[in-house]
Amino acid sequence: MKKLVLFIPLVLFLAMGVFLYKGLFLNPQKLDSALEGKPIPAFQLERLETPGELITNEQLKGKVALLNVWATWCPSCKYEHPFLNMLSRKNILPIYGINYRDERAPAIAELKRQGDPYTLNIFDKDGRLGLDLGVYGAPESFIVDHNGIIRFRYAGPIDQNVWSETLFPMIQQLQAEAAKDNVS
Amino acid sequence: MKMLLKLVSGLVLLLSMVTSVIATPVDTYEFKSPDNQKRALSLAHSLRCPQCQNQNLIDSNSPVASDLRLEVFKMVDEGKGDDEIIEFMTSRYGEFVLYKPKMEAKTYVLWLGPIGLLLIGLVIGFIFIRKQRISGNTPQEISVEDQQALDTLLKRNSK
Repeated sequence: MKKLVLFIPLVLFLAMGVFLYKGLFLNPQKLDSALEGKPIPAFQLERLETPGELITNEQLKGKVALLNVWATWCPSCKYEHPFLNMLSRKNILPIYGINYRDERAPAIAELKRQGDPYTLNIFDKDGRLGLDLGVYGAPESFIVDHNGIIRFRYAGPIDQNVWSETLFPMIQQLQAEAAKDNVS
Repeated sequence: MKMLLKLVSGLVLLLSMVTSVIATPVDTYEFKSPDNQKRALSLAHSLRCPQCQNQNLIDSNSPVASDLRLEVFKMVDEGKGDDEIIEFMTSRYGEFVLYKPKMEAKTYVLWLGPIGLLLIGLVIGFIFIRKQRISGNTPQEISVEDQQALDTLLKRNSK
């Protein structure tokens, strides 16, 4: 019995060691979104291309969609742009853009130059919608289901790897759910 | 010597005051009252910037931090309570933004762990000391010669 007691510090040390060792491989930048499982926050913002035309959160419901936060000042957005163009050509799902803390004219010019993958582009000049979405940088992407519920958040540029390993399987699953809901 | 000490401590005090003045408001936001300002600043100090993760909202220069800072300031001026503001932040950015996590079932280990460890340490220390005392109190056997040597040593010392 007495000998067993002497082992307690060793056991505690090992347990702590395991936790700390695991901690070494955590990515502190990878934060869980607090919004997963919640609906798209209510908003009423102008469309990027046409000042005065208002878009609301209701318009984004109905289909499984990709919400993509982008800006002209963001280099990683330029990196992911060709991939989004390719996605939009495949016509898998609508891609809604949120032009985050940006200027209208350069944003429109950028889309003219690089191609426009977005079904609809929301002009979030003050970053108000971004704030409600818990955005802390660009690019960030959200997968929204057909009921307008945010199901997944991905921070960082989308590339082929992320798409085929994480995003696409999830989208397929959600589209299957949506199809089932529409039938019944 | 005393003068020097006073001078140094005075200087240290002065320096600490200077730095704290520099560290406070970054923006030129006009608060409705000094009380509001005090509350808003202490709140913003306790919230972490989601982008520059080791800085609070006041320290960080990132655009997100300045947005959130402004949001906190505005909400304080609107008379919203601390709980309401913290709820606003955590519902968007998650529990992560709190430097001081909430007291919940999943954070009990975090909050009570150190106290638990301290208690364990105290108990172990107590047992250890008691054991030593008990063994220390039993009279030691000393041979006659040793006792004599000890006595002469003690006498020599007391002279």
